[in-house]
Order: sequence, then structure tokens, then C-alpha cells
Amino acid sequence: MIEINNLYKSYGNNDVLKNITLTVGDREIHGLVGRSGVGKSTLLRCINGLEKYNAGSLKIDGFEIQQHSSKEIRHFRKNIGMIFQNFALMERKTVYQNVALPMKCWGYKNDEIDRRVRELLTIVDIEDKIHERPKVLSGGQKQRVAIARALSLNPRILLCDEATSALDPKTTRSILLLLKEINTVFGIAIVFVTHQMSIVKQICHRVSILEDGEISAQDEVSSLFFNQPKSLTNLLGEEEPVPGEGINIKITHVENSISSNILSNMVKELDVEFSIVSAKLEYYRDTALGSLIINVNEEHAQAIKTYLSKLPIQWEVLSRESQTASG
Amino acid sequence: MTSSSYELIIKIIVPALGKTLFMVLATTVCAAILGFLMAVVIVLTDKDGMRPNKYICETLSTLVNIIRSFPFIILMVSIIPLTRFIMGTSIGEKAAIVPLTIAAAPYIARIIETALKEVDKDLIEAAKSFGASDAQIVFKIMVVEAVPAITSGITLAVISILGASAVAGIVGAGGLGAVALSYGYQNFNETLMYSTVFVIIILVQAIQTLGNFLYYKLK
Repeated sequence: MIEINNLYKSYGNNDVLKNITLTVGDREIHGLVGRSGVGKSTLLRCINGLEKYNAGSLKIDGFEIQQHSSKEIRHFRKNIGMIFQNFALMERKTVYQNVALPMKCWGYKNDEIDRRVRELLTIVDIEDKIHERPKVLSGGQKQRVAIARALSLNPRILLCDEATSALDPKTTRSILLLLKEINTVFGIAIVFVTHQMSIVKQICHRVSILEDGEISAQDEVSSLFFNQPKSLTNLLGEEEPVPGEGINIKITHVENSISSNILSNMVKELDVEFSIVSAKLEYYRDTALGSLIINVNEEHAQAIKTYLSKLPIQWEVLSRESQTASG
Repeated sequence: MTSSSYELIIKIIVPALGKTLFMVLATTVCAAILGFLMAVVIVLTDKDGMRPNKYICETLSTLVNIIRSFPFIILMVSIIPLTRFIMGTSIGEKAAIVPLTIAAAPYIARIIETALKEVDKDLIEAAKSFGASDAQIVFKIMVVEAVPAITSGITLAVISILGASAVAGIVGAGGLGAVALSYGYQNFNETLMYSTVFVIIILVQAIQTLGNFLYYKLK
């Protein structure tokens, strides 16, 4: 659906996007993550032509946006909805008028607008606020209105620019659930720009990590967390404290019946002692990933490494240098 | 207060008040229309605007600054030929509308420009993202959102125009300013002068109260 090839953009001498290659499939929720100022919002705006690019190609269902007149681009934009961090609603208009605005601009008939607005407000579950002004709504409610407005022209893609960054965790979760539902029920592809990894874990199918205007990693979300590429640890910037004595081994595994017994099986088979430094289980959309750090004596290390190598899991020895360096 | 001075007030101040209100109202309408057009062009052609055009934007902006640097009384005198060309005369309330409008329009243009630029940038992007045209963005979104700020700005402008209309009295326009000058300053009739000042104070209060009322009503 969205095909980006070797996209390049600069402001003067400042390269903001370099060599971006990315595809987003029909019905996919794709996360674009990275620190502030790495160009993720700019990339998002290239998708609906709010930003121009200098080289490369960006096609939506074969439509190369930059090769068309501004009038054609305006029509094309009906296919792409967009929501923002601070909601971007008209403060002086009611919820109803805000949702109706895109249809008014495109000259829809009043009875059609009325039907569609009511339908959309039911979908985003805010029909009781239909005649309120945005200023009396909470952040989550405002974002629901913005989502209804973004869906009003029946788009096939929804672009989210830090759409939950101004919301509290509980509201964030409810908005993410709504977006997930919109994705499955209406088959709308979503591109979600965020700096919060937790959002990616909750809704994205695939994710691209941007560093300095380049995509440094791109994968299914669960594989990304399973493989833990450098760009992910750079982004998360988290390094767990581990004991200075002995050897620390980090084990990452996809949660299932075999992997959940790794440690107990290992004890039975090898008869070794170890201590658990940390253990956690996290859900990435539909997959669960377990992450363990164990501390073992030098003498047992080799046997454990050999044992782990035979299992369908990822493991690594945490070196002390990297811990102090990144700490 | 004696009955004769009371009669004088009625006879002199009431017609003068009518003339002042006429000048202020006519000027406000003309200057608001002109100022609005200038503001829209400046905002559209601004470097962050929808149709950036350095030349148009800078030219208009410089023009606004030049007119605003003139003290009103100098501006009024210096454009007498233009006033005569437009109105056929340079004396009287109708003639005063020309310099008053020329002085007020740039002021109102800046007020509206600022109000339009205050409109949420994301809202404008959102409008672009659903395919709104430039005209729709300006008139259906930016202007609509800016109405309260424009209203309170125009309230300020109306009070300035009222002040300037009194100055216009010096060079032949009628109205409260002319009364205060000719009866008060030149004839030492303090009763009339202070009555005029009192009427102007009431007017300013009324304009501000109305402006505030509209602001909260529209917000």
C-alpha cells in the first residue's frame, strides 16, 4: 500500500531523511519510532504530501504524490486521515461540526453528513458529547473526536503523529484499543509515529526505528524485541543493574510451553547453581516475550552456554565493559 | 448647572456626538474591511504561509509600518490632496473618514494578522490533511477560530479611532473633538469642555464593555 524507496530529504545542508526504504502493507499497523528530532514526523508528513522530499519515491497504491498537481494531491488526501498529539480541533465548533468539517469542505449533502457524523461518533464512542465544545472534553475524548474527523472521508490509511503522547497511560490504552479496532474492523492501515516503545508493543505489527534520519532497524515487533538489535537498546537506553561477581547471561525467548521451563530443565539436566537477577514477561500485540538475566559461577558458565545454544532462544553474556560504558 | 448651559450641552454636544459616532462607525467598517484584506494577504504570503511570496509580503508589511509611523495629525494633513480627490472636499466628517481609515487599516491589519497567526498550526495541517483548499483553510478555519481575538483587537482599534476622530476636529472635522477644542480650549467654556470629555469617557467605557461582552460570547 505505502511503498517508500530511497527517500531523501534535506533542509538546506541539513539531511533530515536519508535513504528511507519502507513498505506498509494493507491492514498493517506500522510503528515509526525514534528519539525527538530524528525525522519521524517529517517522514509521516511526506506520506500525505504535507512535506516534500528531494529524491527517491513514495507511492501510495502506485500514486507517486510528488508528480501530481496540488489539486490532484488535495483529492488524493481524502484517502489518508491524520491525527495529532494536541488533537488539532476547532475550539469554537462543536464535536458535531468538527467531525463534519472535512465533509463540508468536500461539499457532501447535509443529510449524508448528518448520518456519517452520528455513525462515526458511535464508533469512537462519544455520541453523548455531540453538541459539546472541545474545551469541555478530556484529552482522550478530544482524540476520539479527532479520530472520527480523520475517518470521515473513509480513508484507507490513518497517520498518527504522537497521537497518545499527551495522554495518561489509561487513556492511551483506550485510544490504542480504539485504533486497533478501527484497523481490524475497517481494514485501515495505520502509521504510528511515537517515541514510546510501549505503544509499539501494544498495537504495531511491524516497526521501523529511525536514527539520524535513517532507518536503523525494521522488523516484526516481536522479532525486533527478540533479536534486540543495537538500535533498539540505543533507543530504550535501559541497562539493568547486574552483579559484579560471576557471569551474567541474558536469555530472551518467545513464551510457550517449552521455553517457560528453560531454567528448571537446565537445573535438572546440568545440576548447576545460578541466581536469577531479573525476569520479566512482556506482551507484543499477540506474542509474549520472556526476558531473563541469570548470574552463574565462572566454572559452570561453559556448560550453561552449551546447553542454551541448543535451545530455540536468544542469549548473550553481558560484558561488564558494556555495562559500565552504557551505564 | 444653569438651564442655559444645559441647553447649550443639548444643542451642541448631541449633534457633535452624532457626528463622532458616524465618523467612528464608518471608519471602523472601512478600516476593518481593508485591514482584513491586508492581513489575509500578509498571512498567505508569509514565509510559513500557504502561498509564500517574499515580495508581496514584505512590500505590504513595509507599507503598514510606514503608515503606522505617522503621527495621525501629520498623516491627515499630508494626505489632504488624496482626501479631496476621494471625497471632493477635505473638510467635515465625511472627509475625515479617509485619513481615519488610512490610519486605522494598518493597525487593524496587524491585529488580524496576529490573531490569524495564533491559530493552531496543527489544525491547519489537519485541514490540509483532509484536502481543504487554501481558501477553505483561511475562511472556514483560521478566520472562524480567530474571531474572538479579532473582536477584542477591533475593540482596541475602535477606541483608538475615537481618539483620532477628536484630533480630526482640529482640522475641520466636526464632532466631540471639535467642540472640546473650539468651546473649551479657545473660548474657555469649561462646562462644555468637561461635558465633552465626560461623554467621551462614557463612550470608551461603552465600547470596551460591548467588546468584552462580544469576546466572551464568541469565545
